[in-house]
Amino acid sequence: MTATKFQVLAPAELAKAQQRRNLRTATTTIRAKRAAVVAEVEDWEALREQGARIKDEALANLDVHLERLEASVTAAGGTVHWARDAAQANAIVARLTREAGSDEVIKVKSMATDEIGLNEALAAQGITAHETDLAELIVQLAGDRPSHILVPAIHRNRVEIRDLFREKLGEPDLSSEPAELTAAARRHLRRRFLSVGVGVSGANFACADTGTVAVVESEGNGRMCTTLPHTLITVMGIEKVLPRFADLGAMLRLLPRSSTGERMNPYTSLWTGVTPGDGPQAFHLILLDNGRTATLADPVGRDALRCIRCSACLNVCPVYERAGGHAYTSTYPGPIGAILAPQLAELEDHTSLPWASSLCGACYEVCPVKIDIPTILVHLRGRVVDETGDAPRVERLAMRAAAAVFASRRRYEAAQAARRLTRLAPLRPWTRFRELPDPPRQTFREWWADR
Amino acid sequence: MRVALFITCLNDTLAPEAGRATVAILERLGHEVVFPQEQTCCGQMHANSGYRQEAAPLAKRFARIFDDSSFDAVVSPSASCVGMVREQYPRLIGRTVPRVYELTELLVDVLGVEDVGATFPHRVTYHPTCHGLRGLHLGDRPLRLLRNVRDLDLVELPEATTCCGFGGTFAVKNADTSAAMLSDKVRCVLDTGADVCAAGDSSCLLHIGGGLRRQRAGVRTMHLAEILASTG
Repeated sequence: MTATKFQVLAPAELAKAQQRRNLRTATTTIRAKRAAVVAEVEDWEALREQGARIKDEALANLDVHLERLEASVTAAGGTVHWARDAAQANAIVARLTREAGSDEVIKVKSMATDEIGLNEALAAQGITAHETDLAELIVQLAGDRPSHILVPAIHRNRVEIRDLFREKLGEPDLSSEPAELTAAARRHLRRRFLSVGVGVSGANFACADTGTVAVVESEGNGRMCTTLPHTLITVMGIEKVLPRFADLGAMLRLLPRSSTGERMNPYTSLWTGVTPGDGPQAFHLILLDNGRTATLADPVGRDALRCIRCSACLNVCPVYERAGGHAYTSTYPGPIGAILAPQLAELEDHTSLPWASSLCGACYEVCPVKIDIPTILVHLRGRVVDETGDAPRVERLAMRAAAAVFASRRRYEAAQAARRLTRLAPLRPWTRFRELPDPPRQTFREWWADR
Repeated sequence: MRVALFITCLNDTLAPEAGRATVAILERLGHEVVFPQEQTCCGQMHANSGYRQEAAPLAKRFARIFDDSSFDAVVSPSASCVGMVREQYPRLIGRTVPRVYELTELLVDVLGVEDVGATFPHRVTYHPTCHGLRGLHLGDRPLRLLRNVRDLDLVELPEATTCCGFGGTFAVKNADTSAAMLSDKVRCVLDTGADVCAAGDSSCLLHIGGGLRRQRAGVRTMHLAEILASTG
């Protein structure tokens, strides 16, 4: 489905004063926290290199690592399922939930399940999915969409959340104090944790050699969801595999510092298959492709698959900070979304996203796995022009004409004489917000010839 | 030294003063400046807009003109166009062009000069452009040059490393978002109380200056080279 273009959605988002202020406050705070904890690490650049190398190693032989992962998980008592696309993955989760005798699941915050629209797909099958991450709960109760990878309700403030909880959680006397709000969410969630028999999670990492799956989180809800239910279903993008358990060391140093600006996140849950008498007694790992193999086929674009979903690129992006996550119309907003969405889905459906960037390079500078996002954006712009009919005809003609002018000194100098016509040219997108410069009396080359 | 000037199409046509200033600085320092007249555009606009097929011949044309062993160096008063040659040419045409420097790189790294003998009695704030800062990693080279300008009152720009919102065709394709970024940059410039906002890329200055003029803010934009060329 073709998404509405970024430039069409952005103006209304830019006008949301409360959202602008929330985004500015939140991203400014988290940028400063990240900068401080990154500066503490003496070998941060070497660590980034290592992170990139580990992910590249995994991606270079993805099939081999995935089959090793399957063997390790199976040997540890888990069951592995392969899903080509969202529909297959959703169907597997629904079937496993019903087979476990449940019509409810409790969920750990997960980008992969957002990507495949799992909650909606389960609802259509009569299964209720309960989000247990505080921000995901807020988004779910409000019937809203997440606008940030890590902080899905970043566009909401606590008065809005108080009103939402008063209405939806039956807590009419709630104040907007954060401690009261979280306590209300806790009372609500605790009942779910203790009663629902199926947990659904994503995976930050999965180690091919041991079959160990890792989920990193802050609130402890993930620990609840991965330990209390009798059945645990994990939906994991195939690019999340790491060759070795030992690779977790570097990744767990890179991720929290880049993500929440913490030295270490509060909860890191690791599990390997099933342990009799302890935790879930059935574990299902769903390996999700959903466009990843196709992305891997693009030698430039494939680096996007290194992403560990830290969201550092969102927090430093001046475009994201102002336009917000909803302007991107993709599960993955911000700079990483602008290179992931057009590759995971159809390029034709997200043609505007590679242009939703000034190519300022702030994202590349902070990326813990060194994804050269600006280069991939430019590459995808090229693919949009070459492979889709999206570029406006008038633009194509203008670009060709400009190239012909630049190809010849004579034509170029003739065109320079027209600089005073900038007064007449259709420059409204420029002049809506800025003055035009006064055209100089002499071009540089005219001055050079005269001196 | 025999230095070839890569003026850039934008400076040549809309900001010739940046080129004249570059010539003045280098000649004052005793170097010979030559201007290859065949030069037009490095192809950046096409490449960054996705028109690779149109960009590649322009890149090859640039290489033919500037890969000339009779030049000791090629200099440009544009970090963004130098970045194009250095970063994007290898992917686009399989090679870069050697010895192409942004002005402050040439002055500080190649010529070893930080005091170019300039005088400029004004309050100035400096915006490090993205391609200079994160592309070429110019670091504090421009500031070192500015600190040695006599009578210049240099004031630090708040949130200096944030993009001004120009971004080439981004400024027109995503004009609203670009303007939102511009309004923050303009606010930061005004907060400094400077009467001049300087930068090393005329493209960004066109955008920032266009915003300042729209608000009748009474703050001038100048290319860094113009300040370094000034003798009071």
